[in-house]
Formats: sequence, C-alpha cells, structure tokens
Amino acid sequence: MSKNLYRAGLASLAVTLSATPAVAAEATMSGADTAWILTATVLVLFMTLPGLALFYGGLVRANNVLSVLMHCFAIACLASVMWLIGVYALAFGDGGGAQAFIGGAEKWFLLGVGQDTLSGTIPETVFFMFQMTFAIITPALIVGAYVERIKFSAVLLFTGLWLILVYAPVCHWVWGGGWLGEMGVMDFAGGIVVHVTAGTSAVVLAKVLGGRRGFPGELRPPHSPGLTMIGASMLWVGWFGFNAGSALAADGAAGMAMTATHISAAAASLTWAVLEYIRFGKASLVGIVTGMVAGLATITPASGFVGPIGALFIGIAAGVVCQYAVDMVKQTLKIDDSLDVFAVHGVGGALGTLLAAFFGATALGGMGLAEGTGMGGQFVTQVIGVVAGLVWSALLTLLIIKVVQATVGLRIDTEDEIVGLDLVSHGERGYDL
Amino acid sequence: MKMIMAVVKPHRMDQVRDALTAIGVHGLTATEVKGYGRQGGHTEIYRGAEYQINFVPKMKLEVAVSDDLAERVVEAIREAANSGQIGDGKIFVYDLGSALRIRTGESDNEAL
Repeated sequence: MSKNLYRAGLASLAVTLSATPAVAAEATMSGADTAWILTATVLVLFMTLPGLALFYGGLVRANNVLSVLMHCFAIACLASVMWLIGVYALAFGDGGGAQAFIGGAEKWFLLGVGQDTLSGTIPETVFFMFQMTFAIITPALIVGAYVERIKFSAVLLFTGLWLILVYAPVCHWVWGGGWLGEMGVMDFAGGIVVHVTAGTSAVVLAKVLGGRRGFPGELRPPHSPGLTMIGASMLWVGWFGFNAGSALAADGAAGMAMTATHISAAAASLTWAVLEYIRFGKASLVGIVTGMVAGLATITPASGFVGPIGALFIGIAAGVVCQYAVDMVKQTLKIDDSLDVFAVHGVGGALGTLLAAFFGATALGGMGLAEGTGMGGQFVTQVIGVVAGLVWSALLTLLIIKVVQATVGLRIDTEDEIVGLDLVSHGERGYDL
Repeated sequence: MKMIMAVVKPHRMDQVRDALTAIGVHGLTATEVKGYGRQGGHTEIYRGAEYQINFVPKMKLEVAVSDDLAERVVEAIREAANSGQIGDGKIFVYDLGSALRIRTGESDNEAL
C-alpha cells in the first residue's frame, strides 16, 4: 500500500470513528462487508457447482456419474428460480401474524427490493444471493441419499416441494426471525438449517426408496476417488464463504469463523484417517476427504461462536462420531443412504450444534454465550433446535414422498438400474467404456 | 506357426516386451482384460464397507511366431512375467493356420 493511500485510509478511519454515534442511528452500506459477501456468495455456489457434484460423482458407479452431476446442476437452477419467486419471501420476508413460524407477507419476486435496499450493512440483493446459495446446496446434499436409482422427475418434484415445506420454514425459524432464533438457538452457518434438515430428509428418503441393487453385500465401489478428492477440496475452499460469510460482515467474527472452520476440517480429516488405519489397516483417500466434510459440517453451526481450540476438539469429535454413524446407518439400520448424507451431515450438524453450547462459552475459549445464559441452559435450547429441525424434516419429507409417489413415481425399474441413469435418464455416457 | 496367448500382470508388460525383443520377436498385440483364476479377487474398503472385487485387471498378449521360435517365446514370457506370486497369469499356445501382411501381401512366416 502506498503512503498516500495509507494516509487516506487513516483519515477515513478517523472520520468513521468520530461519526460512529450518528452512524448507529441509521444503517449505511459498508463497501467492505458488501465486497466480502459478494465473494462469499461466489464461494458457496462453487461448493455445489462443481464441488459437491464432483465429490458425489466420484463415489458412484461409472454409468451413473453424469446423473449425479445433472442432479446437482438442475437442483441449483430450480432452487434459484424458486428462491426468487417466493422461497426467499417465505424464509426471510416478514410473516406478519405468523412470523414465529413462516415469513411470506412480502418480497415475493423480490418486489419492493431495489438497488438501494439494505439488509444490515450490505445491499439486500447481496443478502438474497448469498442465502440463495445455501438454498441451492442444501437440497443438493440430499442427492447423496438417492443416487443410482431415482427418477429424474422425482428429483425435481421432491426438491421443489422440499424447498417450500422444509427449507423455507426451518430457515425462517432460525434466521428469519422465527421461534428458534427468538429462543436463542445458536446456529451460525446452518448446522440445523442446512445439515440437520438435509441429513434427516436424506435418510428418510433412502429408507422409503430402498437400497441400490445389491445393497448391502454386492455393491460396486466408487468409480473415481480422485474425482471425489477434487470435489472435496472445492468444498473445503468454498466452505470459507459458507461459514466466514455467515458473519455477514468483513470483520473479526468472519476471521475467527474462517480459522475455526479450517482447523476443524483438518482435525476431522486426520482423525478419520487414523481411525480407519486402526480399524482396517489402511488409511484411504475416500476416508480422509469424508472426514473433511464431516469436520466442516460439524463446525458449521459453531464456527462463529468457538475459538480455535474449541474447533480442534469439534473436528476430532466429528472424525470419530460421524465415522461410526456411517456404520450405524448402513450396517446396523441397513438403510442405503448411499453417500452417507445423514451420517456425515445430519449427525455432524447436530453434533456441532450441541457442542456450540459448550465451546461457545468464554470458559472454553468461545466468544461467549448470551448474557445470563449458562452452558446447561444453552444446551437445552440447542437440543430443542436440533429436535425441531429433525422432526419437522422427517415428517414433511414423508409427506413429500407420498406426493411424489402418487404423481411421477420415485424409482426406476431394475433393468434401467443395471444400465445406469446416465443412459436411461439423460441419454448420455460419462466414459466410453 | 503358433499363436501364443498370454495373460500377465499389467506391471510386468515392460519386462515382457524387453525379453521378447531380445529374442527377435518384432510385434505383439496387447489388450486390457479382466478375469479371475486362483488369485480370485480382493476386497476394497470404502467408508467402512467391504466391496468384493471379483475380476482382476490383467493384460492379454497375442504373439504370432514361427514354429521354431515358439518354445523360446513361451520361456521368455514366463521368465519376464514370473513374480512368484499367485496371479502371475497363464500362457496358451495354439496352432496358427495362416498369416498375411496386409500392405505387401506376404504370407505365413514371411508375414510374421
């Protein structure tokens, strides 16, 4: 930075400081905050396209790789259009008398929101776009539950209804001024809103849909762990936008959230790999990157509330708990939640939400709980948040499945499953085999 | 003339080629194949779940040679492909009816 610029920076800082009391009275746009959230929005979209798509794509058979990429891409498009039409209004618009449960009394098609409309210190269009990328990745996470056997029409119908009936209300409860937020639930970047909802709906849908042909004994292994690693790495980078962006400001909270996010991801990856080595004698690439996703999902609700040491513990917990959760779902419950959405995201998101009550406290290096709230009290609030997200997601997902079954149908037939969704649903093939 | 067909471990291909070149074999055809024999398959573990891999990747070689060279070719492949482990592969020898070089029209031993 040149000396002149530096001086100019100091001068404007002085003006800002002296003007602070007046500024507090009316909201003004912050260029710094806006620039960061614009950037964070790009990062979170990149998590889905192509991060999550590649992560999932590498884990399926070679004759289904395109269908997984297609699911993620189509969901991104559908969620975007629906977000504009009314899902944003339901999640973040004022709800009038029903405000505790759902929004929706304003902002359909972003009507009334112009270039100069602010949301905090950033333009509302930027807030709208940032939150849209969350509404994109959340139903895309559920793709992992139904790969290799679902009808494409069912993917679209399920996703559309799910955004309205599960995502919009739960997002409103926690972040849109609804009852969970009012109660003091701590969910910094979406442990409940994103990971518990997606994870729960995934396992319910997988149970009703039934396993892939050959599950559990005679499945084909992931066709491209390398692709999975590339996608996972994009998720890791994009997650900085997800968590540090959720500070909705370019400030110290964002910096601390980014630090916690990174440490948790690294610790969970190592923990997963070490545990795998102890259990099976080899540490695998698919394992270490799965640990990374578990660490990131688990730190998500806690990221803005905990310190780096708290994040380290949360990451280690994620690497152990989520790994055993995979065994529980697949081997004990025998549910083919194919790419372990519930074990990694649902369990991780819930675990992180609960742990935030402890590691968020100043005594354990956190940023501090709400005044007058102890760890025990906050823990109860967190449990209520997780249970509410879980129960609502499960019940409404069952309802949505009934609608899908009664209309377009859920599952392709066995012959088509052998051929693979790439050819059957999309008329294309990923590789010339 | 003989057609010698061998199934060997993929990572032994370079040694096999060198050994055949050393005894004057000037060409062969190689194909990536999968199969099973005494080696059976193996298991791979992803996220704690075991996957049984029933077909093992191998390379299949086809070499057409004159009768007098056949025995040395078999021996050369055997030495080059032998690691002493289960799964080293097998060598088969067929009688070959005729051969023709497309460009020149040369036939049989002239064409090899």
